[in-house]
Amino acid sequence: MSDHGHHKETFITKYIFSQDHKMISKQYLITGIFMGVVGVFMSMLFRMQIAWPEHSFSIFEAFLGSHQTDGVMDPDIYLALVTIHGTIMVFFVLTAGLSGTFSNLLIPLQIGARDMASGFLNMISYWLFFLSSLIMILSLFVQAGPAAAGWTVYPPLSALPQAIPGSGTGMTLWLVSMAIFIASSLLGALNYIVTVLNLRTKGMKMTRLPLSIWSFFVTAIIGVVSFPVLLAAALLLMFDRSFGTSFYLSDIFIGGEVLHYQGGSPVLFEHLFWFLGHPEVYIVILPAMGIVSEVMAVNARKPIFGYRAMITSIIAIAFLSTIVWGHHIFVSGMNPFLGSVFTFTTLLIAIPSAVKSFNWITTLWKGNLQLNPAMLFSIGFVSTFVTGGLTGIVMGDSALDINIHDTYFIIAHFHLVMGVSAIYGMFAGVYHWFPKMYGRMMNKTLGYWHFWITAIAAYGVFFPMHFVGLAGLPRRYYTNTAFPYFDDLADINVVMTWFAILGGLAQLIFLANFFISIYKGKKATQNPWRANTLEWTTPVEHIHGNWPGEIPEVHRWAYDYSKPGLDEDFMLQTVPLKEGEEPS
Amino acid sequence: MLALFYIFIALVIATAFWQITNIFNLKEVIATDKDNETQGKLMLGFMLFFYGLMIFSFWKYYSVLLPEAASLEGQTIEGLYIATMLMILIAQGLVQFLIFWFTYKYRGNKNNKALHYADSHKLEMIWTIVPTVALAGLIIYGLTVWSDVMYPDNDKALIVEVYGKQFDWEVRYAGKDGVLGKANVHNIKGQNTMGVDMTDENAKDDIHIPTTVKEFYLPKGRKVIFKFRSQDVLHSAFMPHFRAQMNCVPGMVTQFAFTPSMTTEEMRANPKMIDKIANIKQIRLEKSEVLLKEGKEALEPYEFDYLLLCNKICGATHFNMQKKIKVVESAEFDKWIAEQKTLNEVL
Ligand code: HEM
Ligand SMILES: [Cu+2]
Ligand SMILES: [Cu+2]
Repeated sequence: MSDHGHHKETFITKYIFSQDHKMISKQYLITGIFMGVVGVFMSMLFRMQIAWPEHSFSIFEAFLGSHQTDGVMDPDIYLALVTIHGTIMVFFVLTAGLSGTFSNLLIPLQIGARDMASGFLNMISYWLFFLSSLIMILSLFVQAGPAAAGWTVYPPLSALPQAIPGSGTGMTLWLVSMAIFIASSLLGALNYIVTVLNLRTKGMKMTRLPLSIWSFFVTAIIGVVSFPVLLAAALLLMFDRSFGTSFYLSDIFIGGEVLHYQGGSPVLFEHLFWFLGHPEVYIVILPAMGIVSEVMAVNARKPIFGYRAMITSIIAIAFLSTIVWGHHIFVSGMNPFLGSVFTFTTLLIAIPSAVKSFNWITTLWKGNLQLNPAMLFSIGFVSTFVTGGLTGIVMGDSALDINIHDTYFIIAHFHLVMGVSAIYGMFAGVYHWFPKMYGRMMNKTLGYWHFWITAIAAYGVFFPMHFVGLAGLPRRYYTNTAFPYFDDLADINVVMTWFAILGGLAQLIFLANFFISIYKGKKATQNPWRANTLEWTTPVEHIHGNWPGEIPEVHRWAYDYSKPGLDEDFMLQTVPLKEGEEPS
Repeated sequence: MLALFYIFIALVIATAFWQITNIFNLKEVIATDKDNETQGKLMLGFMLFFYGLMIFSFWKYYSVLLPEAASLEGQTIEGLYIATMLMILIAQGLVQFLIFWFTYKYRGNKNNKALHYADSHKLEMIWTIVPTVALAGLIIYGLTVWSDVMYPDNDKALIVEVYGKQFDWEVRYAGKDGVLGKANVHNIKGQNTMGVDMTDENAKDDIHIPTTVKEFYLPKGRKVIFKFRSQDVLHSAFMPHFRAQMNCVPGMVTQFAFTPSMTTEEMRANPKMIDKIANIKQIRLEKSEVLLKEGKEALEPYEFDYLLLCNKICGATHFNMQKKIKVVESAEFDKWIAEQKTLNEVL
């Protein structure tokens, strides 16, 4: 990559098949935003169905095609919407959209590298992601509807088209899309790992890396460890579906006949799925944590509190995250002793999570907080992460999970701790690094409106949802009217839906701000937030290879904010220690 | 409702556009002291909103929560549940306060400088050790409850099989011998919808409650061991009032046990339940009036019953897979079960 800037760039190599990490990062972001719009829109549709069950809406008529009758949503498509919403949000928005965008943008820039270790693999990784997004979107137009067995696609439901129409072609496309997605993630993750290990600039010791890089790095490792297992699970499911094997199926009587499957077990699939599925939630949340740590330190004008403890907890979380998957299947019929083990490991994860939360709060303490939109989202992150994390202590306890498993309580829990939090982290990152991506600034006032409406809506949807769950209402119910016992929940459901619509619409503010700022935003200066990290030493206009001359050398850690004895309240990592200055 | 919805959307979009055209003329893109001041105060306001929302939710929605557990095992779970909830509520109350208060208190100002405070071993020890101790307590308490619930002793227990299928439940009692006859999907035929192997001696006295019967009985005060099977896809037998749930897995028999501790009549007389049901009846009454006005049929009258519902996505009608559970005094149960026909008589 040392011959930067010499070869001719065509439109195609610059904007489409680009190997430049900055362009690839933007491609990930735009694709992620597009998928996010689809996913959030779906949630508004199915929330409307829950609030006003079997009501006729012209929106349904317009968007649901043959899956509605006179504007009334069909039960099958309700399940399909929930399934695709979950899949898109978790994988396409918060895995690829989040990690893909910020690992790509920041790893080379913050460690002082000209580009990723392999620009070519990086490009392939993006295009595989694009292809898998395309297939997932195409699956929405299949005659019998897209996959509808929940984002967890448990067989036999996901294996048998007789059981639900979405398990026909829709499910095939889902599996193909996910297999490609996994390949994309693996290529990306391997690249991130190699780049962080090998391409750090002179002086950039591992202990001088910003926490953002630490999180991206560890996230990539978790991905490499766990995604292949999902791929294996998906392949075996394809075999069961298409070639008549019985990995997951046994003793099934459906549609008036006994199927030939013998000896398999759906519980095997559940183990394999959650062996990825649980680490996956950390793949989603760790990059957000890294972004928040970075944004918070910059805007508090303070070092992040407990840098080493933060790294230790990231690693502890990563390790523990691979041995807790069983807490999703306490009542699957697995041996209760296993349940005990998983309760133990699960509750342990609360410890590093608590350490991180307290460290963020202490970072705020006695800071000089610059309340930019990115900072607001970071603070919002800590709030939702704590609210959602605490209910994890309830779910993680097997004895308590018996009664809240698969109710709306879990929906409230994971949306707060993973969904909303990670989305906040993503927004924080976009507001903060937008000048680095597009050379312009996003509008502040719109950012504020976006934050406040989103924050109110998010709690308005997901806080009352806990009560619905504790009242015993199962998730994935097309309507609650079949049980008069739940009639008193109808009001709450209406309230939550209004907040969901409000929150969804608030994202229009973000979209407008984002796209208008690309063209009309105020031109950025080189280091608008007065931050320490290396990305702010690169020129505003993107160049291939990032730095025009030599790559700068690093002399200090990333967090010398407001250090006594220095004139400014920040100090770039590239500035050598002053005489007599102690390294932090 | 629909009109309201469209007006609402139109309003939001209009405001958004009005704001956008206004705002892009602004020069300032980085938070100023004035912004810090406003946003800091807004954060304080948001804290009040959030605490308000939490308190409001508890006050307003407390009545919808499940009433006390109707099984002995459920009651032990209830103790753990209350302890855990108290703990997380206290933590939530404190920690959220710190987040918003600090944001407000330390909102930025040109004349201030942040404290360069990068580390404190002591503080970090505190917030490693305090959660560790609290969690250790919860883990030990949790695991004892779990093993109480999951390792039932089998003496004199009533054995009941629950069979899930798209989209209904069937139930089978083990009969006089206390043993369920073998069963497999290959035996499903005609009225033998549960696939019971009728050559098995143990099956002859089993008692079958088919899908057409919408309720089944359990005795109060006697341990019931449930055996779960599924005919087609995963289902989950969820009996929230007893704090009981277990998946039904094709190809496998799963198990869960509890001891009902309150009859249906007793639960109906429970003060919390009386309020809840009165509320539900009121809601249904109002809905029925509207329906009648529209020339439709009124809603069916409602009386509380324990529920068995499906809690694992299983297809289109997953939302309506139900059976009622009648818990009665054991004498009454014995009488009821004696009146039922055995499988041998039926088939
Ligand atoms: C506008 C914001 C959102 C709203 C109103 C919303 C609402 C919901 C609701 C009500 C459900 C449960 C439906 C049911 O079980 O019947 C659900 C499912 C789900 N949501 Fe969201 N959600 C939102 C954003 C997100 C985000 C940001 C994520 C990212 C993690 C996410 C991930 C999921 C997942 C994984 C499921 C489970 C899907 C399944 O049951 O298979 N959602 N959402
Ligand atoms: Cu998990
Ligand atoms: Cu079901």
